[in-house]
Amino acid sequence: MSGQEGATARLSRLLSIVPWLVNRQGIDIGEAARELGVSEGDLRDDLELLFMCGYGPMTDELIDVSTEGGRIVISNADTIAAPLRLTRAEALTLTVALRALRGAEGVADSTVIERTLAKLDEAAASASGQGGPRVAAVLDDGSPESVRGRVAEALSRGRRVHLRYLVPARDESTERDVDPMRLVSLDGRWYLEGWCHRAEDTRLFRLDRVEEIRVLDIDGTPPEVAVARDLSAGTFVAGPNDHVVTLLLRRGWDWVGEYYPIESAVPAPEGSTITLRVGDTEWVRRLALRSGGGVVVQGPPELRARVAADAEAGRTAYGLGG
Amino acid sequence: MPATNNPAAKTERLMNLVMTLLYTRRPLSRARIREIVEQYRLAPSDDAFERMFERDKDELRELGIPLVTEEISAGWEDEPGYRIHHRDYALPQIHFDSDELAVLGLAARTWSHATLAGPAGTALRKLRTFGVEADDEAFAFIEARLGTSEPAFGPLLEALLALRPVRFPYARPGEEGSTREVRPWGLTSQSGHWYLTGLDTGRGEPRVFRLSRITGKVTTSGKAGSYAVPADHDPVAMIRRRRSGRELDLARLRLRPGSGNALRARGIAGEDADVLELPFHDIRDLAQELASYGASVVVEEPAALREAVIAVLAASAAAHQGAPA
Repeated sequence: MSGQEGATARLSRLLSIVPWLVNRQGIDIGEAARELGVSEGDLRDDLELLFMCGYGPMTDELIDVSTEGGRIVISNADTIAAPLRLTRAEALTLTVALRALRGAEGVADSTVIERTLAKLDEAAASASGQGGPRVAAVLDDGSPESVRGRVAEALSRGRRVHLRYLVPARDESTERDVDPMRLVSLDGRWYLEGWCHRAEDTRLFRLDRVEEIRVLDIDGTPPEVAVARDLSAGTFVAGPNDHVVTLLLRRGWDWVGEYYPIESAVPAPEGSTITLRVGDTEWVRRLALRSGGGVVVQGPPELRARVAADAEAGRTAYGLGG
Repeated sequence: MPATNNPAAKTERLMNLVMTLLYTRRPLSRARIREIVEQYRLAPSDDAFERMFERDKDELRELGIPLVTEEISAGWEDEPGYRIHHRDYALPQIHFDSDELAVLGLAARTWSHATLAGPAGTALRKLRTFGVEADDEAFAFIEARLGTSEPAFGPLLEALLALRPVRFPYARPGEEGSTREVRPWGLTSQSGHWYLTGLDTGRGEPRVFRLSRITGKVTTSGKAGSYAVPADHDPVAMIRRRRSGRELDLARLRLRPGSGNALRARGIAGEDADVLELPFHDIRDLAQELASYGASVVVEEPAALREAVIAVLAASAAAHQGAPA
């Protein structure tokens, strides 16, 4: 951490760590590191640096830090024993997120959010009033509040849910029982992640495609094999039985390569050619159909032929082609 | 003096300066500060000290530390003195209940893996300074992300907070890019994308910019505080208007039985369950969506939408004829 962290960023962090530690005198160094989200080595470096600081050069003016027996005791740090007021960026991160959560009703208790926002205003250095910048995030994706609320309820009570769920890629409504694992908002959409008893696998369900949800009076503890996905790369995860698909992306459709995890990308005269692994080729077929030649399937040949045939069939339905 | 240039030595110097200026009960002159803070005392020349002190002062202020200049009388002339008032520096002791701390934790976590993860974490730590531990279990199963992987986010936020005009290259998909001059008014995350709203000074009107379409570096192009955000600016409404700015229109579709389920959820079925009336804003977007159903969905009206779907299907068919080029 100290390697990439700038000098002022580190100062800012130290000024928030000292008050935290002063209010927890004698805390175990390992526990402190965990709570502060740094490695123990980094925390030791921080403490060593603090040991050199003071309001003057004399020994009795310096901060005193002891880590005897693995417990942190800090003294002579009265000048910085209170944290600095929240900076605008700091206050902003929390208020923007709280307002966004408030807007996504059903996820968290809105009265608690209101109370917290009011207190946060007191803590901020300066209120952004008239003529000030506006930063906002919208976490409401139009999925019904009742669906979000029931998912949150099932999660907190550890209950299984029954879903009637729309799968647009297959253009069908499905019925399934799910043991909920997480309620996730990703890229502006809310998902239920859970163990699907129909697929016998972990699945993400978009809440705006849930047509009906019932909280069942059945224990909803997911089986041990159910593992939450790492969502850093988005909602798409490659599985073992995947098809390798090659697509030509013409200009204007480059986003496809950014949106889905791809294996490779090479520039082509008209755009770029990407390769990706997909569990289900349905969405690729439909993407190619709707792109009007912007996304062209290069392989596998069966999929390419299928797109050509479906596009032709579509034209025929309008009384053309054939 | 390599020793004073490494980051650790600089952090130490800044920390000493902060503590010194918080400790003092009266403003300190530069000369006095140089005596107290060891790293300044070791500066090789007056010039080197002056430069270092000026920069440090600015950097502390940028961190939000209320370092003030107050005149002090020294013999015949007044000279500037410096200090940090504790009352302006210290966070008031606000008591948060454990359910409030839990919701703050959830809020801070929405920024993880993003540009603002640092400030969010620091803010949370500050608020959790005074005792009460949060009920972290409460929201353990909720994960919300306000991802800001766009590199433009950091510089734009900084410019917005300072009310400083910016300039950046911008290109919509399939278009030639151009450089835009903008007075930032707002940053808004909607449907998983971040948008900048502001006055495009080159075009003389308010515009919406998607951050992922900023194709290069964001540079500042004016003084801080050189404009104000209009009091009635509502970024969320402005983005919505842009996204669905066109007139609402009505399409009549014929669906194959059992198909077009996502469309059925949005439209109104008539007496014939497989004929659907569907309101829409953007003919191009809807034409693409309908084309993805192939022969399962056919447009009856309006004619323009019919033509648009046929054009998409024809282009898709042509692109997939025969073996790949």
